[in-house]
Amino acid sequence: MADLDELTTMIETALPGAEVQIVDQGGGDHLFASVIAPQFAEVSLIQQHRMVYAAVQSRLDDGSIHALALKTRAPEAS
Amino acid sequence: MSDTLTMTEQEILDQIQREVAENRVFVFMKGTPEMPRCGFSNQVVQILNHLNVEYGARDVLTDPRIREVLSGWSQWPTIPQVFVDGELIGGCDITTELFQNGELQKLVGSEAAA
Repeated sequence: MADLDELTTMIETALPGAEVQIVDQGGGDHLFASVIAPQFAEVSLIQQHRMVYAAVQSRLDDGSIHALALKTRAPEAS
Repeated sequence: MSDTLTMTEQEILDQIQREVAENRVFVFMKGTPEMPRCGFSNQVVQILNHLNVEYGARDVLTDPRIREVLSGWSQWPTIPQVFVDGELIGGCDITTELFQNGELQKLVGSEAAA
């Protein structure tokens, strides 16, 4: 069972300025996260996903997250 | 890829790297393009077929060591894994997103619309 607030904080800490939304898709361990982060500018999708996975690696490793689907992008250029 | 069961892990890694280098588009999947054995692998195959692009495929279910060696090398935990020009572009989610926004077509040089 994952603590969504803790995960949000973990991602925000790894990616300062990120806009993070995490949704429980069932059972508390199948999650969906939307992450919009300035660090993602000019970074490939696979690297963006790796950066988010790295931020929550410890929760993937200890089994509190079973699956984490991701939608990532950089903020719209203003 | 030939039968891996008699290979060492180093030989499996060599084989994986050779397959990825020799095929412009290569997918590691569960099952075969003709008979995918996982919904995510199936979705990737459907996209590649739709793009009408030539690709090679490897069924990771034939030997559990393939997946271990592959993920250790690619640093990507899940199957399927799609490689284009020797580089991992992603799994099912990313491949689908790149297809929907038209970038996959550019990567593989296909005219097909999403």
